[in-house]
Amino acid sequence: MLDINTVKPSRGYNFAFLDENTKREVRRKILKAVAIPGYQVPFASPELPIARGWGTGGLQVTMSIIGPDDVLKVIDQGCDGGVNAVNIRNLLVKTTGVRTTFDTRAASIIQTRHRIPEEKMRADQILVLQVPIPDPLRFVEPSMARTAEMHAEMDYSRMLVFLYEDIVKWGEITIGARYPSLVNDRYLIDPSPIPRWDVPKLNRAETLYLFGAGREKRIYAVPPHTPVQPLEFEDFKFRVEDFSGRSCIRCGAKDTYLNELFDAVSGAKVYVCSDSGYCDKRRAAGKRGPV
Amino acid sequence: MDADENVILTVRNLTKRYGPGCPDCLTLTGLAPGGNICPKCQSVVACGEINLTLEQGEILGLVGESGSGKSTLVRCLYFDETVTAGEGYLAAFDGGGSNIFAATAQRKRYIRNHLMGMVYQNPLLGIKPHFTAGGNVAEKLLTAGVYNVAVIRKRAAALLSRTEVPLDRMDDFPARFSGGMQQRVQIAKALANNPPLLFLDEVTTGLDVSVQARVLDLIKEIQRELGIAMLVVSHDLGVVRILADRTMVMKNGRIVESGLTDQILEDPRHPYTQLLVHSML
Ligand SMILES: Nc1ncnc2c1ncn2[C@@H]1O[C@H](COP(=O)(O)OP(=O)(O)O)[C@@H](O)[C@H]1O
Ligand SMILES: [Mg+2]
Ligand SMILES: [Zn+2]
Repeated sequence: MLDINTVKPSRGYNFAFLDENTKREVRRKILKAVAIPGYQVPFASPELPIARGWGTGGLQVTMSIIGPDDVLKVIDQGCDGGVNAVNIRNLLVKTTGVRTTFDTRAASIIQTRHRIPEEKMRADQILVLQVPIPDPLRFVEPSMARTAEMHAEMDYSRMLVFLYEDIVKWGEITIGARYPSLVNDRYLIDPSPIPRWDVPKLNRAETLYLFGAGREKRIYAVPPHTPVQPLEFEDFKFRVEDFSGRSCIRCGAKDTYLNELFDAVSGAKVYVCSDSGYCDKRRAAGKRGPV
Repeated sequence: MDADENVILTVRNLTKRYGPGCPDCLTLTGLAPGGNICPKCQSVVACGEINLTLEQGEILGLVGESGSGKSTLVRCLYFDETVTAGEGYLAAFDGGGSNIFAATAQRKRYIRNHLMGMVYQNPLLGIKPHFTAGGNVAEKLLTAGVYNVAVIRKRAAALLSRTEVPLDRMDDFPARFSGGMQQRVQIAKALANNPPLLFLDEVTTGLDVSVQARVLDLIKEIQRELGIAMLVVSHDLGVVRILADRTMVMKNGRIVESGLTDQILEDPRHPYTQLLVHSML
């Protein structure tokens, strides 16, 4: 995957756009991130000529690990057709010539924003997550020097007070996306704005998860088989979103993360799989939702 | 009973210097030289070779004028500051067998979270105004490993009512509390982990006189009920007289005199102590 000698720069670009020094720097930091699961590793890189909010952190990770034989899938909020996903896919294809797919199981690298695919990923795949805010402690402490100290001392009591106050105020933990989770019993991470539904997929997985934050230039990782534990209390456990009694109108799935829509004609609330690739695959296999 | 068995804290030759230091800092500062700034190297010797012991359930007073080094001493003991030199032993840590100042950061944190409580003069150093009163107490419980919301709320309610914070304020933010009530929240928080040892630094300074008396009563009652050993720091001999069994007098970073509080008040030996006592009367 990391063989970079085969494809020559085309039209003035290096393979995968980044120069080799930057890739080497990013790869070194990825190795460090894998060696210290959950630890935010700073990396140096020139600014990409890409607007922020377009997943530059994830892009730099993908650009640094991708090789000509990879098969790429890019999703935005579960969807291969989102504007963000299309642009990133186009950029990567233009600068690498790799094949792409909408099928989770056919991809070797998946770059994503806000979702982890529904289908279980394998050991030979890598999921690259785009991260807007890498430090979960930013919820409770604005100073980066202080949060670095809190991570070093594994002092996560203030995050727990934040959850305690949430419970006192609302009767439950109201954090939806970005649910703070402890990696390898050591470092607290922001798992990026994935829903709670996706957090258990990080736990003791087969797949390597790489997180790239472009604005703050941080990389962190959840290597395969690493325990990932969402913060919780003995009497207020972590729970995923509840879709019981609901199913996807397109494919009938009852075990996926669903988006809520309003039927344009009837105005009724309907649900549809957030993972469009998975939904399409089920439809192609003849699955249908309730009529 | 063997007195040593009751000692829960021993401090030997604690020195805290601000500045580069030179070989003569300790001899050129202190009582006789008349200051805490080394004339050779301009370092501040905030505490010079302080020795003390604290017994189980005892209140030890530390009195002295502003700048004499009292806060620095307790901040060193609570690991807010790093000592320049010296040793400290806690009966509850390694059976009193290891110097707490030489412990790793992680073990210091353990000592702080499980074996000590601190009440600062400024309540906002000890509590966070944007956490609720209950949340502040919860923070100390969470650092001590209590992860059950119902247990946390029960204990926080008990502590807050014990320190006379009305329970209907438990889920309010201390930013809106009076100074006296903020101080009582801070005391509740400091007690949350049942520490055998509590440091109180000028806890009544800055409060109204009527509020001061109530807070002092509260401290005395808590000490009787829970048997916590306390190091009470004040520039006010009146506070120490009300609370402390034994008293140490500090000046220019040195201990001038120490003994039973009554004895020091009735029969001060050192001219500086005499001055302090007489100015109080
Ligand atoms: N961070 C610091 N840097 C330099 N000098 C300090 C610092 N903190 C305290 N000091 C000095 O140490 C001495 C003791 O201060 P402090 O412990 O606050 O006294 P007290 O609590 O008795 O009023 C003072 O001379 C003070 O100016
Ligand atoms: Mg002071
Ligand atoms: Zn000197």
